[in-house]
Parts: sequence; structure tokens; C-alpha cells
Amino acid sequence: MIDILMPRLSDTMTEGAIAAWHKQPGDAVSPGELLVEIETDKALMEQEAYEAGTLAEILVQVGENVPIGTPIARLDDGREPADPAPQPDAARRAASPLVRRIARERGLDLAAVRGSGPGGRIVRADLDPAGSPSPTGPLSPSKGTPGPLSPPGSLSPSKGTPGSPSPTGSLSPSKGTPGSPSPTGSLSPSKGTAGPPRTPGPLSPSKGTPPPQPPSPATVPFDAIRRTIAARLTESATTVPSFTATASADVEDLLGLRARLNEAADEEEPRISVNDLLVRAVALALRTHPGVNASYSAEGGGATVRHDAIHLGIAVASPAGLVVPVVRDADRLAVRSIAASTRELGRRAAARTLAPDELADGTFTISNLGMYGVEHFTAIINPPQGAILAVGAARPELALVEGRPVERRRLRYTLTSDHRIIDGALAAEFLATLTRLLEHPLRIIA
Amino acid sequence: MTVISYRQALHDALREELLRDEDVLLMGEEIGRFEGSYKITAGLLAEFGAKRVRDTPIAEEGFTGAAVGAAMLGLRPVVEIMTINFSLLAIDQIVNHAAKIYGMFGGQAKVPLVIRTPGGGGQQLGATHSQNIELYYAFVPGLKVVAPATPADAKALMLAAIRDDDPVLVLENLALYNTSGEVPEDLEPAEIGRAAVTRTGRDVTVVAYSRMAVVALDVAERLAAEGIDVEVVDLRSLRPLDRDTIVASVQKTNCAVVLEDDWLTYGIGAEIAATISDGAFDWLDAPVRRVAMAEVPMPYAKSLELAALPSAEDAAAAIRETVDAVARRR
Repeated sequence: MIDILMPRLSDTMTEGAIAAWHKQPGDAVSPGELLVEIETDKALMEQEAYEAGTLAEILVQVGENVPIGTPIARLDDGREPADPAPQPDAARRAASPLVRRIARERGLDLAAVRGSGPGGRIVRADLDPAGSPSPTGPLSPSKGTPGPLSPPGSLSPSKGTPGSPSPTGSLSPSKGTPGSPSPTGSLSPSKGTAGPPRTPGPLSPSKGTPPPQPPSPATVPFDAIRRTIAARLTESATTVPSFTATASADVEDLLGLRARLNEAADEEEPRISVNDLLVRAVALALRTHPGVNASYSAEGGGATVRHDAIHLGIAVASPAGLVVPVVRDADRLAVRSIAASTRELGRRAAARTLAPDELADGTFTISNLGMYGVEHFTAIINPPQGAILAVGAARPELALVEGRPVERRRLRYTLTSDHRIIDGALAAEFLATLTRLLEHPLRIIA
Repeated sequence: MTVISYRQALHDALREELLRDEDVLLMGEEIGRFEGSYKITAGLLAEFGAKRVRDTPIAEEGFTGAAVGAAMLGLRPVVEIMTINFSLLAIDQIVNHAAKIYGMFGGQAKVPLVIRTPGGGGQQLGATHSQNIELYYAFVPGLKVVAPATPADAKALMLAAIRDDDPVLVLENLALYNTSGEVPEDLEPAEIGRAAVTRTGRDVTVVAYSRMAVVALDVAERLAAEGIDVEVVDLRSLRPLDRDTIVASVQKTNCAVVLEDDWLTYGIGAEIAATISDGAFDWLDAPVRRVAMAEVPMPYAKSLELAALPSAEDAAAAIRETVDAVARRR
């Protein structure tokens, strides 16, 4: 059985409509015969059959519009459907625990990685294709490493649990499950090696081939996180019609408030940064303008998806590259809680120990380069979010206060918006609300 | 440093301890006048006399029980059970008495007993005399089980076992008695419960003990020529089990193969695999493989016996497949 797919008939074609079927279910089809007429964005085109057989089923009726690659009919070529290859489905890619840990720490999307292990399993080598000797040892010595050896008494009073791999001289009531559940009869004359069934899985790419040439000195091949960044931002920059709008606020009072909050804090409380106040202010501004806390959806003829929750992504430079941990429900957190949360997320980003759920579900992103002294900049939207705020440094400027020039510090920030769902006026209203909050900082903590 | 056999190393350890401590005595079938079925006790009756080197009736439960009592009262008996197969006749004394008396009676009496016994197949001794059933004892809290693979470890672990205040089963191996290796003259007792990394490597961890630890080193050398860098962990002690060394090695290599001479199902390898899963799950790049004996009573015919036992070829194949699975071969 062969699936006939909606063909790509031009470079710009993304979907096509069936104009006419020239064969009906039960008809014999031979290669070269006219099968179907397809209407594209450019033209009406005839499509021939490539294989011989009997048209078994029409899946897309005349007039219906489907994306390229969609099965439109099934051709019975007399062969049984092949067993689905052991290719992992999108929901659960087979990946070794080591790979899953690395993906978790680097925020990698394994869907983009081709697995070369048995059955398509993603193994460590697939993440670092350059073949460089990469550190595979314990990344953090404190994590998951077994505790020190206890004296190996034959009767140690502590109950050894298998979860903590300490030598068990005595009691170890472990409930074990076999790794490879092949039932072994009471007498099975085959030799007792246990392991995966010997499927002729894909061989290692390096086997029997000369080692890959070292890359030239100026070339640093992308690792998977860099590939993900490149793919997502290219998609955003090339498919999202975006515009930018810049505003600024006098943050003298904000900085004064921050100083007072930190003076009043206990030793053990986290110190509050300008960014923490900014996160809270943005969250409040988003609550006022839910149209900015939204995503574009292509469903139907297109839709604006307004998010109930306000989950703010904070762009962080980590050793692995850009990561965006998420402060969940930022509008419901006190500034002190936001400070504790962003500090912990930043620490874990640096240690590459962020969990997937700490990187997921952001509804809006803040990128702050103020600590580098950047005056202002524009950021690229992090899809599927609708907008991103790029924040510069608070810089001293001359201002007129009651007609007299005084030195005041101003902060500039630029909102990049997806114009499909956010119009200029909405972006401006959001920025105005944000500016009012920043210039009246008690409203941020009230 | 002298090169001696595994057999000689065991003999030397027994003799040194008989000289060092008057409370040490040897008991077992045919160990005196016949000098032992495998000649470990050769010459000791003549040197130390019948009070210290006692021939016993063919009654494993009886003489093992007598040794438990002697140990409770302060002696340090070293019992030879001719092969581990016959320990089944004494298992109640070992499991229900030697292992439990210290804990059951509130520490009133220690049981500093040593049981020496060889395991192993491959000698055409048939199904009942070719077993590797150290698992039965490694399973029991209150016992220690050590399994030396080299002459140096045989001596150092025997010294440690005799000086240990808990009952220790020293697993010898029929196939290792004639192997030889360097043993320092002034060898100290080993620390029971420590594994040894007998070969360092980057690509795959091979965990083994007793005979299979020797096989592991041979296979590792062969695979080095194929560009596979094998790390070998020799457990040396089955209880206590040195989980730290196993876990640390797998955290380095990201994959492991366990070699064992016993049966696969519920075997020592299963415990090692579970240990790796517990301690190194997030470091694993491939499933842990086990290589073990066929799940049959040992056949008598030489060809079938060889086919049933795990071989170096079986081990090499499992290691190659594991390394290929993680695309690690250079």
C-alpha cells in the first residue's frame, strides 16, 4: 500500500487543493497516467501516477485544501504495509538517559536530533557530531554521586536502599526489576547473555570509516542547542511580521526604591535587582494589556491566543548559549519572590541544570543587556510568543525639572511585536503603562 | 615481589595466619593427611599438628556447625568446604547460624569464621559439582563474601577474612588455582568491600569478579587492538559490594557490560545492573549488558560444557555491541 502525498509543485507552494480526481477507488493505475488535478497558489497542475496499482482510497475530496506532504490517496500495489520502522515517534524519542540529562541541562530539543543508536536511539555521540573528545564524566560532582563508603560491617544497622548506592554490607531490601524482560524458562539452553534483541540497527557512523577531518580552526560546528537557537530565530525573523517601538522612563525613584528595599532586607534575603522590579512591572503591564500576552495561531483562518497566565521568560546567557528560563505567574509574585526565583534560575542556567518545565510555557520574554551598558537594542521574538521586551541600561542624562537642568537616570526599552496580533497602538499603550509603573515604582510593589 | 600461583598464595596466607595467631585452626574433609583435594593445605598438618589442622568426617553441616561454635567461643576456624556445591549441605549453619548469631543475640558473641570454598565449572565435574552459587551467600546480610581473581588478592583477602570478626566466605575458583601472578612478600590484608579498577579505559566499563575478572582483562587487551578502550572493575567483594567504584566508572564511560559465571536470571549481574541504574542512570548512554552462563544445569559433555559457560568471545561480542551502540569506537 502506497500513500500518495500532496506534491510540492512550486517553490512557494505550501498547500494545494484537489481540483479533480481522474481515477476513482477500484480503478487500475499505471505509471504516467493522469491521476489528479491540483490547484496551487500559482496554477492548476496535472499530476501523474508514479507507481502501478489500484487506487484504494481517496483521502482528500475535490475542493479540499491540504498542506504539502499530506496523504491524498492510497494506492494498493499488492504489497502488505511494511512494519513501521522502529523510528521513535515524535512524542517519545528514544534517547539514552545521558542524552536526556544533557538535553535537560542545555535546554535542547531532541526532536531535531537524529539518533544513530540501535532502533534510532539518540546517543551522546549524536549531540556532539564533531567527534571531539567531549567530557562525559560527572558534570557536577555533587549530583547523583554515591556517598562515601561506610565501613563494610557485615551487619550495618542502617537500612540500605538501592536508591543510594552505598555498599551494603547488610540489609538491602531492594525491589528489582530486570532491565531486559526476556522470560527465561526453567531450562533454556541458549547462553545467558542479556541485552537488546539483535536487530540490525544502524551502525555507528564512525565504524569502519576513517575518522572525520578536524574542522578548520575558524569553524565551530553548531551543537544541538545552537542549532535550535538558529532554527527558531530564523523562523521568527523570516516568518513573523514584526515592528519595534521604543520608550523610556525616568528611573531615579525606582533606583531609590530598590536601594531602600535592599537596605531594609535581612541578610539571608536575596538582594533585589532592577531587573526584578522590571519583571514585576512588565507582568503588571501585561495584566493590563492581555492582548500583548498572546500568541499567533494559524488555526482556521488565524487567531489570537490570549494566555490566562503570565509566564515571563528571562533571556540568560549560559555556557551553552542563550537559554530562557521562565518565571511562572510573575504577576502573582512579590518582587522578593521574583528575585529569589530569577537568582535560582540564573544559577541553574549557569550550571546547566535547568529542567525542561523551567524553560517551557513562557508567554512573553524580557531580554536585558543593561548590565553590559547597552543603551538600547531590539530583540527577536521567541516564537510562539507575541512580543519581547529589550531593555538597556539606566544611564544618567540631563533633564529639566521645574525648568532647571538636573541629572536623572533614564532607562530605554524596546518592544518587538508580532504585527499579526499586536497593532502599534496596543504596543504603545503597553509601553505607556510600563513607563508609568517604572516612574511610580510604589505601584510596582503595592 | 615473587610470582606464585593462586594455590600457593592461599597456602601462604593460611600458613602465615597459623603462625601469627594460635587461635587460628583449619577444618575440613581430607585437608590433613591427604593435604586437601586441591592441595591448598599441603604440609600444614605436618607443621602445625592435628589440633590446628583437623580432618573431619564427610559431614558438612556437622563440621561447619562445630566451627560456628568454636568461633563463638573465641577461636578463628578456617573451614574448607571441598567445593561450593557441598556448602548446600551446610547452608543452614552458614545462613541461619553464622550469619545471624551476632545480630540475633545482641552482639554477645561474634562469629569470626572463614569458609573457604572453590566454585566454577569447566572441569567436567557434572551438573552438581560445577556450580557458581556464591549468590546464595552474597544474598545474606550478616555474611561477607569475597571473590579474589589474582594470587595477590587471594592472599590479601584470605588474610583479611581470617582477621575479620564476621563470618566470611572466601570464594576460590577451580580454574584459577594454577594461574600465577606477582605477590609482594610483605602483603598486607586487603580491605574487604573494595573493588579494584584493574584496567583503566574510556569507552566501556566491564564489571566482573573471580574467573570472569581474569577473562575481562584478556578481552580488554584484545579489544584494545580494535580501538576499544575497556575499563575493568574487579569486584573482589560481593558483600559488601563496592557500589561507589562501579558507579564512578560508569559515570566516566557511560556504558557497562557485566560478566558473571553464574546464571543470568536473578544473578550477581542483575544486582550490578541495578546498582548502575540507581547510581548512574543519568550517565548511561546504552543499556547495561550481562554475559552469563546458559540457563541449564551444567552439561557433562565437554563440548556442551564449553558452550554453556560464558566465553571470552561472548564477552567480546557484548562489549563490541555496547560500544557500537554508543558510537564510541574509534
